[in-house]
Amino acid sequence: MTALTTRVRGSLGSRARDGASRAVRSLGPLGVTAAALLVLVALVTLLAPVLAPYDPDQPDLFNALGGASAAHPLGGDALGRDVLSRLMWGARTTLSGPVLIICLSTVVGTTLAITAAWAGGKVDAIVSRLLDILFAVPGIVFALITVAVLGPGITGVVLGLAVAYTPYVARVVRSAALRERNLPYVAAAWVQGRSAFAICVRHLLPNLRPLIIAQSVSALGFAVIDLAAISFLGLGVQPPTSDWGLMVKSGLDSATRGQPLEALGAGLLIVLVVAAVIVLGDRLGQEEGGRR
Amino acid sequence: MSVHKLHTSDKAESHSADGALLSLRGLGLAVPAGKEWRPLVEEVDLSIGRGEAVGLVGESGSGKSMTARTVLGLTPPGARVTGEIVFDGTPVTGADQRALRALRTRRIAMIFQDPRAHINPVRTIGDFLTEAMIANLEVPAPEAAARAVRLLADVGITDGERRMRQYPHELSGGLLQRVMIASVLAVEPDLVLADEPTTALDVTTQSEVMAILDELRRERGMAMLLITHDLELAAATCDRLAVMYAGRIVETQPATALTSTPRHPYTSGLMLSRPSIDAVVHRLPVIPGRPLAAFEADDGCAFAPRCAHAQGLCHEGRPPVQELDGARVACVRAGELTLQGES
Amino acid sequence: MTVFLLRRLAGLAVVLLVASFLVYGLLYLVPGGPMAFLLGNRSGTPEQIAAIRAQYHLDDPFLVRYATWLGDAVRGDFGSSLVYRQDVSALMSARAATTTFLVGYSTVLIVVVGVAAGTLAGLRRGRVDNVVSAVSSAFLATPTFVIGVVLVIVFALGLGWFPVFGPGEGFGGRLYHLTLPAITLSLGSAAFLARITRASVREELGREHVETARSRGLAESLVIRRHVLRNASIPVITVTGLTVASLIAGSVVVENVFALDGLGSLFVRAILQRDFAVVQAVVLVLVTAFVLVNLVVDLCYKALDPRMSR
Repeated sequence: MTALTTRVRGSLGSRARDGASRAVRSLGPLGVTAAALLVLVALVTLLAPVLAPYDPDQPDLFNALGGASAAHPLGGDALGRDVLSRLMWGARTTLSGPVLIICLSTVVGTTLAITAAWAGGKVDAIVSRLLDILFAVPGIVFALITVAVLGPGITGVVLGLAVAYTPYVARVVRSAALRERNLPYVAAAWVQGRSAFAICVRHLLPNLRPLIIAQSVSALGFAVIDLAAISFLGLGVQPPTSDWGLMVKSGLDSATRGQPLEALGAGLLIVLVVAAVIVLGDRLGQEEGGRR
Repeated sequence: MSVHKLHTSDKAESHSADGALLSLRGLGLAVPAGKEWRPLVEEVDLSIGRGEAVGLVGESGSGKSMTARTVLGLTPPGARVTGEIVFDGTPVTGADQRALRALRTRRIAMIFQDPRAHINPVRTIGDFLTEAMIANLEVPAPEAAARAVRLLADVGITDGERRMRQYPHELSGGLLQRVMIASVLAVEPDLVLADEPTTALDVTTQSEVMAILDELRRERGMAMLLITHDLELAAATCDRLAVMYAGRIVETQPATALTSTPRHPYTSGLMLSRPSIDAVVHRLPVIPGRPLAAFEADDGCAFAPRCAHAQGLCHEGRPPVQELDGARVACVRAGELTLQGES
Repeated sequence: MTVFLLRRLAGLAVVLLVASFLVYGLLYLVPGGPMAFLLGNRSGTPEQIAAIRAQYHLDDPFLVRYATWLGDAVRGDFGSSLVYRQDVSALMSARAATTTFLVGYSTVLIVVVGVAAGTLAGLRRGRVDNVVSAVSSAFLATPTFVIGVVLVIVFALGLGWFPVFGPGEGFGGRLYHLTLPAITLSLGSAAFLARITRASVREELGREHVETARSRGLAESLVIRRHVLRNASIPVITVTGLTVASLIAGSVVVENVFALDGLGSLFVRAILQRDFAVVQAVVLVLVTAFVLVNLVVDLCYKALDPRMSR
């Protein structure tokens, strides 16, 4: 091994380690715990088919409302389906919906915001009024209206919540984009003859990225809560699909009949995931605040 | 070091013997920074007689403002105060909360730099003026209001009745500072601590406000500690001046003597770096480097790194305070230097 | 102030007009159009269909129908429910009392618990502060329905201290029956309010004018009351108002956890049964309440902060 390769290898290795240790430092112990929890949940979600001990949809009369046992660590639900397996599979619907909501609202909100901030004048006024009107309707009510039109099911809820979350993204991004737009480098690029689109995509967007990410992560927590709440109401994810919100609902019935583990397990998982997401969003937001 | 300390406190003792209203002896203030103490003020000796006006001059961060706040016990949380503060023969340091409050209510009052920040924005001017009178001096509300209107007239605000009903944001900075002065006069204290009372104001109103403050305190026989970075202003209004650098007083002299024959190179530098209408110069002389806070200074004279007259001796230990023709100066070379004063 | 009020009222009218238009118009976005709704899952005979078309004026132009509907709605006539065969306004007024009681009860809890805890945490550093911060973070991350279900399992099913379901009779009975629902609805909001209160008390404590008050020898209790808390109350009251507005939305979920017959459960049932006259009416009422609360908040803010009034 020559000296050169050692050096290159060393620097590459240490750079990766530097990056990791910087992330750890900026997140703090709580942030790292939150991130680790989310990674774990994501792994279980992906590996549910392998990890789940039972078919989540397979009723088993002998396990109906069964308590915790060696075979069924969290017992069974009203139909005797294994609660642990349903929790593992349920993570998929419970978490993929909110991720979709956030992706949609972030893309739409950011596009609206940057367009408004860049064009200014009438466009900005129209977009702002539109957002004001959306703000006048509470998010969950908006989602319920969508469900009323499209009928119960995950599609309507995701669409409704995505629209309801858009103004929150747009408001934050718009004010940041306005600030950024007035910085000299934008004028400099403009003078150099770059197109508005190129400036927005090449300069504005990368500079706003940390803010957008921090905002999206925080919003993800609330999306999990809202989506689960609507499923709990029976208007979102439909049975027999496993979903944490639905499981809290059916678990409440089981609890009145003496099996509280289903409701408590699903509820606890929602709380943990939401708390982890909020902590992470807070940390990212702080870092973003510190950078400015 | 300890010998020197004894020496200075002896001097201070003799000072207070002739009935000083306020005397600070070896006053120090340090705030916690991690596991260490970070000094902001060190070994300050200063006395103010009854009715006397003393100027405490220094750049920002020199600790002058902290010195005044320490007198009233308005120190940052967790701060440590050392040395002695004696007011009218009674020690203030170590006094309990009640004694401190009694001092604040009637005897010592403070005028702050930025009236806009230092007057509660959501209460009326009337509330601000009468609050202390009603709560502390137990003056009935109507009488307090009438007295407040008279005080406003004293500070040159004629439509007091209307102003009393207004909120701070409806008044200009100059008017607000007059209100602040009126509020201090209301309790008729023995001593006014004026912390940069005109710095935050427009240049045009500065001299007006300062004139009002000076005139009214003379009329009422109040002593004043004027804290300012403006040596000229201090010299014009005060009987005696103390110059502060890096948390220590480097020179104390009667105002006229200090401006004509400064004894400390820093004082001289302050005086020369100021524009003057009479003298036309192409470029003002500046003191090189930047001012230090007490905790930034190393072992020697804190000013030595910026001083044109610094010698080897200057870097060895803090210069002791010495008496020199009625001046008290902390410079080892004070006796041999002839420094330029007012041009 | 009058100009401000008029401007805000005009803005409010515009928002409500747009919201009502959307709510009414949504019916026509549905695959199959309004008939699909009105018939629901039944397949009507031609006579029935003709009768429905006549009853709902479906042969009139859209805008005419909207104007008629809005005109009736303003006078409190929201048409009749297809499912209940009853006046929608009668359906709602019977249930509005439960929802109003629930939201009012929660508001009291939020203000008392949230503001008190936040103030305490703001004024005292150390353990009190840490406990309040930790507890409020935990409640903030917990959805209302999870809190509700846990409370039912522990206090109603486990300990048997409270009834599980139903709204109760008389004022005392209501208070007792709605205690768990109100706690459920208020915990998250109380946590949020506690955080806001703590932050603004901390901020005011560090303000220069507080130093002035101290320098004048005012008693510490007076300084805290007149200067710290008075000033901190401005953002706190604003946020309280916004939180109350969000309770209106939250009540939809809580009523379902505790099977309370309020506007929220009526709303959810109407969505499931595709009872569109009810859906439209409830949405309009909820949005109006939400917007009105926001207006009141703005007015309070202006009244409390002299810097805002001109």
